[in-house]
Amino acid sequence: MSVIVQLFDELITVLQTMLQILPYLVGYVALIMATTVIWRMVKRFLTPKSDFGSLKTVTFGDASAVTSNMAASVISVVFIFLVWGAFTGSKLVPGFVHMPGAFQGEVTFSYDIELPDGATTSAQAKVVVFPAGTAAPAVEIEEGTGSAKNDAIAIQSYRNKLLAWDKNDEFNRKAGARIVAIEGQPVSAGGEVELDNLRVAVTSKGTLNIEPNKGVQMEKIWLPAPEDVVSRLIEIGSEGFKNITLAEHLAYSLFRVVVGFIIGAAVGIPLGYAMGLSDWFRGWFDPIVEFMRPVPPLALIPLVIIWAGIGEVGKIILLFLAALWIMAIAARSGVSGVRISKVHAAYSLGASKWQVMRHVIIPNSLPEIFTGARVAMGVCWGTVVAAELVAAEKGVGMMIMVAAKFQQTDIVILGIVVIGIVGLAIDLLVRWAERVMVPWKGRG
Amino acid sequence: MSGLSIQNISMRFDLPNGSSVQALKNVSLDLKKGDLMSVLGPSGCGKTTLLNIVAGFLAPTEGQIMLNDHVVKGPDAERGMVFQQGALFEWMNVRENVGFGPRMKGMPKAEMNETVDHLLDVVGLRDFKEKAVYELSGGMQQRVALARCLANDPDVILMDEPLGALDALTREKMQSLVLKLWKETGKTIILITHSVEEALLLGERLLVMAPRPGRIHREYRLPFADLGVNADLREVKKHPDYAKTREEILSMIWDMEEEIMGRQEEQA
Repeated sequence: MSVIVQLFDELITVLQTMLQILPYLVGYVALIMATTVIWRMVKRFLTPKSDFGSLKTVTFGDASAVTSNMAASVISVVFIFLVWGAFTGSKLVPGFVHMPGAFQGEVTFSYDIELPDGATTSAQAKVVVFPAGTAAPAVEIEEGTGSAKNDAIAIQSYRNKLLAWDKNDEFNRKAGARIVAIEGQPVSAGGEVELDNLRVAVTSKGTLNIEPNKGVQMEKIWLPAPEDVVSRLIEIGSEGFKNITLAEHLAYSLFRVVVGFIIGAAVGIPLGYAMGLSDWFRGWFDPIVEFMRPVPPLALIPLVIIWAGIGEVGKIILLFLAALWIMAIAARSGVSGVRISKVHAAYSLGASKWQVMRHVIIPNSLPEIFTGARVAMGVCWGTVVAAELVAAEKGVGMMIMVAAKFQQTDIVILGIVVIGIVGLAIDLLVRWAERVMVPWKGRG
Repeated sequence: MSGLSIQNISMRFDLPNGSSVQALKNVSLDLKKGDLMSVLGPSGCGKTTLLNIVAGFLAPTEGQIMLNDHVVKGPDAERGMVFQQGALFEWMNVRENVGFGPRMKGMPKAEMNETVDHLLDVVGLRDFKEKAVYELSGGMQQRVALARCLANDPDVILMDEPLGALDALTREKMQSLVLKLWKETGKTIILITHSVEEALLLGERLLVMAPRPGRIHREYRLPFADLGVNADLREVKKHPDYAKTREEILSMIWDMEEEIMGRQEEQA
């Protein structure tokens, strides 16, 4: 029962988070709607095309009247980069779309002190906020002539820092001196004051906790700007990550996928044929295939590591297993899907069993096998990246995992983009091969 | 004896629940070389089963098929089959489809090309030689199927509703083509159809089968096929006997269907 209660609490948390996201989502949809309207108006001024689709009066509900709108795709991608640039202060996007960034620069504020004897005095604090990745500058200020001396402090942006204002003074907090106001605004221990670019709080022990304004831009370790990712790409492309270039990482990942897939297909397709053509093979392998098919390849990673280690052999065994069942099932359904009249026709035309196999069953199963190959390649690519995340010496998955440990977010994002592009390229390649090799697909 | 002899064929299927279906009972039939026979009957009369037995795809539980004095054991190039649709190999173009039989036999390439070209001329698809079969219309696909069957020079051609999926106009054209091919090649042809008109036109002999168990109900000998060779089939239909025979057969099959329905209602 307690599990249900816990899960219910988790569900509530998830729903609350979703509720927080909801306004942004609504805004995004509104943006899409708005761009549609604008695009329609723009289009009206352009020469109207009277192609088959645009002359249809019933478009809502007619799936064939809906083709992917190129303009919408372009706007969508541009918008993603615009938002990315705006929240990272990217130089690639015009300055006016930048979200307010973290404060950098110099502020001086005054603070009033009440001494133990009830007398008050005041001093100034000079704060210099410097960007991450640069050395802290030396900040100097005239100490002044009063009993309370002026203070100076350098703070890295996005960080906060305690200022022990009394360390250079002629009295100290232990003796009972305390801050009563900052820039004229009364404050006491535990309280805080919002200045233009700083938030200054008085801690319970009386020191000042100074936090520069963070703005709404993302810090580099959370989300680097697009150009940082690009420069990382150039850097890793030429110099490499951990002395291994990106091409080499990719080559390792692709090598595993291709070899694992080819071995999986080389075993899986004959297995599928055997299952489709012989009841004994079908009965023998059905329990094995039907059990292994729903097991996600990722669940096999630990076992494969135990048995074969983290080297190439283990990876290829894993990908072999990922491709094997998919290819076997595709080949099996390709064989089972042959129309009996085609087989009968071939026999009546004098074909032998082997000729029926060679000229009817195999070509007839090719479309199914290509569909299986597309799925298997996708699964293999996902599995190799996951396997490399767990343990590997080389590979794009390993690259982003190690980069994440060192908070090199730009490399992580770069890796994700590369993984996505390669996955897409693999899919397009298989689709192209399908078009060339089985043009009759779906036309039988 | 040269010709096809269907000798006392019975076919019983055992069902998983222990009962059995008598698909055919004691069917006997002799066809001389060059006979054109159409087979009609309500659904379930076993006409397709009979054709599959002749083709060799099914072994009868009793009786045997003799062709040119040997017993039919299985499918063979001597008995060609034309299916309703979708039996063409869509991974081959028109030329390769038609040349399939000769290629399987290992015919020399030059001879095979000659055969294919000739047959494509006969069925009027000379210009479509290199087309993919899925690019052709339904009627053209059936022309390819006819040519593919003829390329093997079979002794008997079995047609399982070859024109069933075509529209009325195309169908009529194809009926003329079948008659032309029959006369030119002198092949023995058995043609199964659902259409009484087609059976009348494409049956020098017309066999009406009855269901439960599947058996020969009646056989006609008709003049229309001979009349229809190289003639307008619409003119043939104006023959005084045509309408009369058609009505007779229609009501015969109608009664059988009624009987089936009645029996099913009784069972229910």
